[in-house]
This record gives sequence, structure tokens and C-alpha cells, in this order.
Amino acid sequence: MELLIIFISASIVNNFVLSYFLGICPFLGVSNKLEKAVSMGLATTFVMVLAAMVTWLINNLILIPFNLPFLQYVSFIIVIASLVQFVEMFIRKTSPALYRALGIFLPLITTNCAILGLALMSVLREYSFIQSLVFGLAAGLGFTLALCIMAGIREELELAPIPEPFKGAPITLIIAGLLALAFMGFAGLITG
Amino acid sequence: MATNKVKRTLFFEFTKGLWNESPVFRQLLGMCPTLAVTTSAINGFSMGLATTFVLVCSSTIISAIRKLIPSQVRIASYVVIIATFVTVADLFLKANFADISKALGPFVPLIVVNCLILGRAEAYASRHSPLPAFVDALGMGIGFTFALLVLGTIRQIFGTGTVFGLISFEPWVIMILPAGAFITLGFLIALINFLKQSTKKKELAPACEVK
Repeated sequence: MELLIIFISASIVNNFVLSYFLGICPFLGVSNKLEKAVSMGLATTFVMVLAAMVTWLINNLILIPFNLPFLQYVSFIIVIASLVQFVEMFIRKTSPALYRALGIFLPLITTNCAILGLALMSVLREYSFIQSLVFGLAAGLGFTLALCIMAGIREELELAPIPEPFKGAPITLIIAGLLALAFMGFAGLITG
Repeated sequence: MATNKVKRTLFFEFTKGLWNESPVFRQLLGMCPTLAVTTSAINGFSMGLATTFVLVCSSTIISAIRKLIPSQVRIASYVVIIATFVTVADLFLKANFADISKALGPFVPLIVVNCLILGRAEAYASRHSPLPAFVDALGMGIGFTFALLVLGTIRQIFGTGTVFGLISFEPWVIMILPAGAFITLGFLIALINFLKQSTKKKELAPACEVK
């Protein structure tokens, strides 16, 4: 039950993109085509789950026993960067088709603040191993959901007559604002 | 003459970050903290200062050791340098400004992945000597702080319904919610695009007549 609450809270109610503003760069950058958005979202979800696992292990098995929490940021970001590199190499060796689909997006994920934000937040909330795993999965799926909705709207938008100064980033930001407003409707779903 | 030229270029490096290549309004870099912490002017301002500190220190250090870093592992080395300074800034804020540190929450450590800092390191500091890199970082940092301050002030004024206690009106709650951040920034960028386009037209108009 507790896991279900974490899942719904991280994926819908407190959506990473629309209420924590994590991962805005890919959200604005790759949300122009639905197909790209799906690939990017799934790649990010995959890395998020792995990162949630690995950073939990590092924090609880290395940093806390040796009293080194001030090394958190440095160690987390190195782990995430190498994890992304490793995933890229692994996918290239095992599944070239998947690599072609995700390839160019993988390096971008390192600088996606959603990943580091996820790691830091699960430390802050003192989640257990299973809880941070679920949290990572939910946050990733929520990110994918937001990206896909946005991409769908932007595909339609290409045909719409938008005033000249609003073209590009401004209209995307305003739509994101309206989406955030819509997602606020889920706030009553979970209390606390 | 030579010193004059150096001075002018340094001045140019400094001012480009303020307006022409303003990190938030023109390059759309560092959007996550821009949107997340600007619920009030003071939060935006302190986030801007923290980012400027990290940006200036890491750019200077990176440009000083740029010839020692092998190009294959440069991104990883930059990230380690940046993360070190972020830890310094975070501990400093926690020790001296506990309230602000609490309000900014996880966004202080997230300066590590602010694309503005890595972007300047990769695009500028890795190719220039420390002095221009320092000036460039300072300009970009001030431009970033300015953008955050503007956004924070607008959201605070509408969100709390008072203009520094002078005039008061019904507060727009949406402005301090996440949705308000997106919408305010969207309109601000549109306004700047509009200004840019109208000045460009004025500049182009006489040239067309001559032709």
C-alpha cells in the first residue's frame, strides 16, 4: 500500500517535470516529435531505476558507515555519469536496434537533473531499498507521460497560427504551465 | 593600443552574458532552478548568487588546468570540479543562511547538473586563458542572477498581491504555484523576442531603402 502511494505520488501527483521542475531541458528539447519523446522517456526511466538502486547502495553501504555524507554530490554524479556510459556500451553490444533508437539520447541523460534529483530526494526522504526502486520507476514513468503529452500537443501546434514572438520556447512554456495546472487536479488523490 | 583592445574584448565578454547571450532569456540554459526557486525575489537572488559563485570558481579552475585534462575524460573532470564547488556553496549556505538553504531545498546540490555551468566550461573555459574565462563566467553569472531576480520579483508581486507593501490587490495564487512559473517565463521570453524583433526591423529598414 505504501509502495502504491509512493508510485502514484511520484508519477502523477508530484510529477517530476510539472511540479518539481526536474528535467526541463529534455522536456523542452526533445518534445517536438512523439516518437522521440517515447524513446527518450523510456531511456530516462531505465537509467533512473538503475541510478536509484546504485545510489542507494553507495549511500547506505559506503557513505554512511564511513561518515562521508559530504561526498554525496561528487560520488552520485560520478556514479550517474559512469552508469550512463556503461548502459550506452551495454546496449550497443547487445541490441543494436535499441541502440539506434535510443543512442543519441543516452549521453544527454547524464545532465538531466531529474536523475540526480531523484537520488538526492530518496536520500532526503530516507527511503528503503525497495521504496527507492519504486520511486525511481514511478518518477521515470511520470517523466515519460509528461514528455508524451507535450509532444502530442506540439505536433498539433505546428499547424496552429501562433503570434511571431511566441514561436518556439515561449508557447511551449505556456503550454507546460497549463499542463501543470491540469495536473494539479490530481492533488486531492493523495493527502500528504 | 594593444592593452586597449584587450580591455575592450574583456568588456565585451563581460557584457554579452548580461543581455545578448543572457543564459535564461536567450540561450534557455539552466531552466530547472530558474523555474523552481523563483517563488520569491530573495530565493531567486540567492540561488543566482550561489550559481554565480560555482560558475566563476569552476570556470577559472577549469581554464587554468585545461591543458592538463585529457580530452576523453574532460566532461567527467569538469563535473568533479563543479561538484566540489557546489559542496562548498551548499555547506556555506547551510551554516550561515539556514532559512534560505531550507527554502532552496534540493536545488542547491542540483547546481551540479545546471547545464549553464557545464556549457560555459565546455564552450568557453576549455579554450581560453583564466582571465577571460573568469570575466565570461562573471558576466554569465550576473545575467543569470538578474533573470532569476526579475522572475522572482514578478511572481512575488502577483503571488502575494502587494507591491512592497505599497499597493495591495487580490493575490493570484497561481503565480507561486508551478504553473505560474512556466507561464511567467513564457510571457517574459515572448516579450524579449518581441523587443528583439522590433529593433531588428528598425535596423534593417534604412538598409533596405538604400538598396
